[in-house]
Parts: sequence; C-alpha cells; structure tokens
Amino acid sequence: MRYLPHTEEEIRSMLQAIGVNTIESLFESIPKRDRLAGPLKLPPPLNEIELRQLLREISRKNAHGEEWASFLGGGAYSHYIPSAASHLIQRGEFLTAYTPYQPEVSQGTLQAIFEFQTMAAEILGMEIANASNYDGSTATAEAVLMALRLNERPKVLIGRSIHPEYRAVIETYLNNQRVQIETIPFGPEGTLDRNFLKRNIDDKTACVVAATPNFFGVVDDVTDVAENAHQHGALLITTTSEPLAFGLFRSPGEMGADIAVAEGQSFGNPVSLGGPSLGLFATLKKHARSVPGRLVGETTDQEGKRGFVLTLSTREQHIRRERATSNICTNVSLCALAATITLSLWGKQGFQKLAQTNYQNALELRERIKKIANLSSPFESTHFNEFVIRLPKVTSGVLKKLQKEKILGGVPLDALYPELENSLLICTTEMNSDDDRDRLVRALENL
Amino acid sequence: MTPTEPLIFERSRDGREGHSLPKRNRFDSPPSSLLRQKPARLPEVSEPDVVRHFSRLSQLNFSIDTHFYPLGSCTMKHNPRINEEVARYAGFAHAHPYQPDETIQGALQLMYELEQMLAEISGMDAVTLQPAAGAHGELTGILTIRACHKTRGNPRTTILIPDSAHGTNPASCAMGSYKVVPLKTDREGRLRPEVVKEHMNDDVAALMLTNPSTLGLFESDIRELCEIVHTKGGLVYGDGANMNAILGKCRPGDLGVDLIQYNLHKTFTTPHGGGGPGSGPVAVKKNLEPFLPIPRITQKEEQYVLDYNRPRSIGRVRAFFGNFSMLVRAYTYIREMGPEGLKQVAELAVLNANYLRASLESYYHLPFSERSLHEVVFTDKKQKETGVSTMDIAKRLLDYGFHPPTIYFPLIVIGALMIEPTETESKETLDQFCDAMIAIAREAQENPSLLLKAPHTTPWRRLDEAKAVRQLKLRFEF
Repeated sequence: MRYLPHTEEEIRSMLQAIGVNTIESLFESIPKRDRLAGPLKLPPPLNEIELRQLLREISRKNAHGEEWASFLGGGAYSHYIPSAASHLIQRGEFLTAYTPYQPEVSQGTLQAIFEFQTMAAEILGMEIANASNYDGSTATAEAVLMALRLNERPKVLIGRSIHPEYRAVIETYLNNQRVQIETIPFGPEGTLDRNFLKRNIDDKTACVVAATPNFFGVVDDVTDVAENAHQHGALLITTTSEPLAFGLFRSPGEMGADIAVAEGQSFGNPVSLGGPSLGLFATLKKHARSVPGRLVGETTDQEGKRGFVLTLSTREQHIRRERATSNICTNVSLCALAATITLSLWGKQGFQKLAQTNYQNALELRERIKKIANLSSPFESTHFNEFVIRLPKVTSGVLKKLQKEKILGGVPLDALYPELENSLLICTTEMNSDDDRDRLVRALENL
Repeated sequence: MTPTEPLIFERSRDGREGHSLPKRNRFDSPPSSLLRQKPARLPEVSEPDVVRHFSRLSQLNFSIDTHFYPLGSCTMKHNPRINEEVARYAGFAHAHPYQPDETIQGALQLMYELEQMLAEISGMDAVTLQPAAGAHGELTGILTIRACHKTRGNPRTTILIPDSAHGTNPASCAMGSYKVVPLKTDREGRLRPEVVKEHMNDDVAALMLTNPSTLGLFESDIRELCEIVHTKGGLVYGDGANMNAILGKCRPGDLGVDLIQYNLHKTFTTPHGGGGPGSGPVAVKKNLEPFLPIPRITQKEEQYVLDYNRPRSIGRVRAFFGNFSMLVRAYTYIREMGPEGLKQVAELAVLNANYLRASLESYYHLPFSERSLHEVVFTDKKQKETGVSTMDIAKRLLDYGFHPPTIYFPLIVIGALMIEPTETESKETLDQFCDAMIAIAREAQENPSLLLKAPHTTPWRRLDEAKAVRQLKLRFEF
C-alpha cells in the first residue's frame, strides 16, 4: 500500500521496541469476542490507473454545465473560477494544514481568514464577519439561533421567499425549541408581503428573516422591513444565496440588517452538486461575542510584529462545551480561501462588472422569454441572475423536452411552491454563451 | 523565505485589475433606489500580486505536506492527490444539485455505494451523507435520537457524556435541547458500567461515547455499557472521530452502538484545508433509518432516485446533499484501499502510536498505564518542577520543525499532550520526532528559559492571544 511507508523489517524493530511480538497484541484491549472475524465486505483494492478509469466512468454518467447549456440556479451557481484561484488553493501548505491552533506556524491560514472576514463584511456591508459557516442554509439557521440568544422572545417571522431548503434547515434546527415560526407570504411582486408583516410583527418577535435577492431572483429592498423590525425590538436577518448581487445592489448593511448571512459558493467554488459550499456570516461589532463559529483577530507577537490568532474562543465548544454559541468546529476554511483569492482577482471593479454582466444577461433573457406566446414572468420586479417563468403546461414534460437538446432548462417550482404551478426558475450567468441563450429561447418557442 | 506578508488590502492600488471577465456592451441600470451606495472595498491588485501574495502566505503554514503534524484526535494523515484529481472531473465538479435524477446517475451511484461501504465499515444498516462536518453529524445524530424517542411517546431530557469527550459532544446535545450529565471516567481513563448504571434512568435519551476514547483507549466494556442503556430504553451514540484506530478490526454496530458519525476528512483522507471542509456522515441501525434527513437515495428499477417522502424524517440539516466533493474523495480512498488496506491502516496507526509511547515514556509522564490504540496522551508533570509547561514544550517543538500535538485536551488530563501520529508516517519521521521530544525534555532540565521563550526560529514569536481579545480587531480597517 503506497500510503503506508512501513517495511517488514521496520515493523519488526518497532514491535521489539514496544515489547510485543505481533501487531495483533496491540489490540488486546478490544475483547476477542468484539473483534471482526472476517474481512470487511468491501470491493477489492484498485491501483491508481484502475481508480482513475472507474471514477472517470462514474463521473461521465452525470450531465454537467460544461457540456450542457445549464440554466439551473436556485442557490448553486455556475461562475467562472479564475485559473489562478484553482491553482493556489491546491498548494499543499493550504490544502493539507489543519485548524490554525498554533498561530506561529499557521499565519498563512490565519491571515487569509482575516482577509476573508474583511471581504465578507465589506460585501455584506456589515461591521464584522466570522471565518465561515458550512453553507448558506446552516448559516441562516445559526443566525436565527443567534438572534434568539440576543433577543429571548418566542416568535420568529420567516419569509416564504427565502430559499425553501434554508427554511427547512431552520425548522430542523428549531424543531425542539419553544419557538413559534410564522411564515411571511410573498405578494404579487414576489417580495415580502409588507401588510402581513405589519399585522404579525409584535414585541414577542425575536427576528425577521428576509431574503434579497430572494429565491425567485427578486431584489427586495428590505430597508422598511428593518425599520419595522427595529420599532418592535426585533432583529432583521437577511439571507442571500447569490451575494454577487451586492456588486450592484444595496448591501444588507445599507438596508439596516442586524445579521447578514449568505451562500458564498459563487465566489470561486464549483457547484459540485451543492457541496461543499461556503456560509458567509456577518453582523455588527457589538454582537461579536454572540457569533457562532470561528473568528480570527489581529494581535502582535512578543517582538511587536503584527500577527493573527483564533480569538474569542471562550464562546466555542472546546471551552464552554454545552454553553457554547454553537457546536461548529471544522468549518469550510478552504472554500473561504478560494473565495478570498477569487475576490482578490476580481477586485473592487471586477466584482461590480461581473454583477452588472449577470444582471444584464438575465434581464435580456427574461425580456426575450416574456415575448414568447403563452409564457409569462409573474413577478414584475427587478431581478438578479434568475427569474420565474410560467409555462402553459407541466414543467416535467417541458424539462424532458429541453433535455433532449442538452439543455437543463431551470428549477421546477411545482414541488417547492405549489402556488406557483407550471413554473420554472431560470438562471443565467456569465458562463452561458449567447448561443446557449438563443438555444433556450428557440426551444421554448417550439413548445 | 519572506518573514511577513502585507495584507492584500495593503497591496491594493486604485485602478489595478486582476481579472479577465466578460463585459456587456449594454447595461440597463436598475432603479437607482436599489443600487449599492458604497462599493465593497475589495483590493485592486494584479494577478501576479495575487499569486505571489497567496503563495507567500502558504509558505507561512505548517501542513501535512511539509511537516509531521501529530495533532491528537485530528488524524492528520497523508492526503492522496488522486482524490484531488478525480473530485475535479467535470461530471463531479460541474453537476448541479437541481438536475433531474436521471442526469446525475453517476453522483447518486457514488453516494449510494459510499453509504453502503460506510454502513459495512461501522456495522450499521443505513447512512446519511448530508452532514457537513463531524459536529454537524453529531447534531444530526442527536436530532435522530430525539425523533426516535418522540415517536415512542417521550423525547426524554438528558444525555450522558463521559468527561473525556470532545467539546462538540455537549454542544451538539445542547443544540438538540438536551441536558448533559457528565460521567466520570475511572483512574485508568475508562467509563465504568456501574457509573452508567447509576445515572441511567427513563429520562436519559442516550449515552454519547467516543470509542476509542480521546485518551486513545478502547472502552472494553462497551457491550455491557450498551446493554445497560438499552435496558432502560436509551440509545447509544458513538462519536466516530477516532474510527481510524479500529477500521476492519471491530465494528461499533456489532457491539450494540445504535448510531455513529464519521469524520471523512479524518479517517478517509479528504484534506483538512486549514479547518475544513469536513464531512460527517451518520450511520444508523435499521430502526433509526426512518428518521434520517431527507432526501434519501434509493434504487428503483435500476435507477437511483432521491426519495423525499419520509414522513418521520428529522427534515433537512443542510441544503442539497452534503459536501459532495468530499464524498468523491472518501469513495476514491476506500476503493483504493479495499478491505485489507483499511485494516492495515488501523494496525499501522496503532503501531506508530505505541512506538512513540514506548520511545518517550521514560521522558514524559504517562497519566494512564493502559496501552492505548491510535493516540497516546503524555503530560508535563515531569517538566513542571522546572517551571516548564505543556505550552512551552509545544512551542519549542516548532523550533525543531514539528507541529505540536493537541495540547491541554482532554480536559481531564492536566497539562495533556495528545499525540496521534497516524499510519502514513514512517519510522524515520517518528524517530526524528522522538529525538526532538527527548532533547526538549533535557533542555527543560538544563535550560528551561530556552523553552519559556520558544519558539525562536519561527517567523513569529509567541503571539499575544489576550491582546487579541482585549483589543478586538476582526477585520482590516481602511
């Protein structure tokens, strides 16, 4: 086995040093009756050549956005990953390091996280950010838990227009707590129903969770929601699965959010069937001690040189155990690094430019699709990246037809939103060529 | 080597660009009321700036690729590069979670087979791959336990956890709204059946047990422990963080454990990446399967399909299906090793740990005389008299070019140094490490100030962690 360096002779001499005759005798603390009698029932070992062939074969059974025209979004987005970013995150010194528990020899990871925290806070327009959460959904659930820590009240209001899988994760996380979840419907514009919110928010409300852009791609300026929430002493949490939008649109901080979370996969991480991805988590400095997960802070060494360390660890589970702010230990550091590198390459201007390109592509595609007979786009609002299209027939048949032309036509909304029957969520990014979009429009015209 | 590197923001120059992105000829601006008022102050740097900056940062890290990294309970083993290559195949990297099942048959097949392999390795019946890290798997397990008891009429209130457990265990229980009752381990570091018996009652939902424990000890009474818990209607949760030690040697499911989480990044060689991504699949016995998160992967007429119709499921713990590309890496590793290879992993990991133990036991105090499996815990007791502590030993190791072991954990061992070498380290490396540890033990006697001021050779000297808390600075100030 190539990963196991031991020679027979070395094994013998090591056993001798230990004072035993066989490796087996090192396992004597496992009672005989508890040992596995035969070999594990697993497939036999493969050499590297066979392994590559096998995995290549399995991977080819998947259609994917590099060969198909894919218009799938809904929380996982195909964006260009700069070649330099893909290369840099594969440097072994980043790839194979662990959590930076020894800061003197982990400054690379620590400084990169500090830069990441700065970028995440900047993009979301907030004062501080943590070193990442698993993904957008768990970050949202953790934000609700944090709001409940800050604001011990029995009720949370959650927009129906947030990502439905994020809503499901919040429900799982809150299922065993004495918290009542109320869902805020969306109005005809696809935005949060403000009237419902006004009627239902009260001084028992811990927080309001709103998405912008929301699951339908609708940009929802929630400045008034923040004001309304604050009047009742509630916190506003914004959640965003496509924070590239903030290259163009008002940031959560500019809208008055208290906690802003997002899915950061768009920044330098491949879609890879939805994982691993990158939860961004940002808030106000005054809440730093309530933040879940890891934080990196600036300090100095004995000689006064600037350096970085994991900080406020008394919030964390290895010290506070059951009273910790969360149980997060391993997070998604490498995905955060990929984002830091990618955002550095895009830079201030690239981030804006890319947001504009994505906005414009979706705008033009939506206009073209709306002109097709029998198709409509129900929400007359400003969109980013993706939008809903209502079809004259059931989505599954339409998608199958598009599949025949190697087009992944969009996310069917029937199961997620029964009230939006025969609807598709269509997303286009800088990765779709004009030709891809022409093909989609033609195929929809021929339905 | 560059001793320091400025922040990327300090390299920024107005107007500099590092991208090559498509431009639109036209741009129809959205309503100005919706526009961002203050742009995100991302750095303005060129591609060479970025490449040099992050290459230099990487050089300021210890890693498995560059150094021996014996962090106890973290299982820092070699990360095979074939894993990286296959995870980047287009069919894996660019598949989308909302593709119809028939267009992701490869991904579903891989996940289905990985579930079966993980079930076999742990002696369980069903596996969910959804949890994004070990602690996330713990939470999933705890919620599964709660759902199971709820179905039986009472979710119960308490979970028993030995004092040797990872801090994530109690934190995960708290997130599942359980009270934690810590159990004292005995003088040999083991959990005694009578202690469990004493605390076990109808309010206890589960015993949460790491086996082998964080002390590297196998809980030899595991069958009896499980029986005591089961008799009172409780469940046994196994924290699988240390599965590396028992691969192919014994299976928790055979001994009475009801559910267990894996840490794929530890046991199955997915890279730790400076602190993640991890992956924490949960394996359960048949009776717990209905409660696992949705969706489940099933087979229907030769096709793999995602099943969302699971009325007793705890729901979702994460959007989509889990950290898929980590699953590809773990699958690749298991297929390369095969059954014999995995068993050898456990054998050599245990051999390495015991070799270190034998080589160092006359120089450092061993709190437990019992022979350990994959990791060994020493303390600073012998060095303490000269004023040298575990922290100083750890920092001095940096001067010798070794990443220190896990320190001050488990909490029940005062001044703990918890060493886990793993199976991928050669005898030469272990010998060099032991030489360094022995030299440090001598220095502690002869010249303690050398240790107290360590490290001396790293680009940074000891960093002031108290100052970081006092003058909280979590971001660059423009």
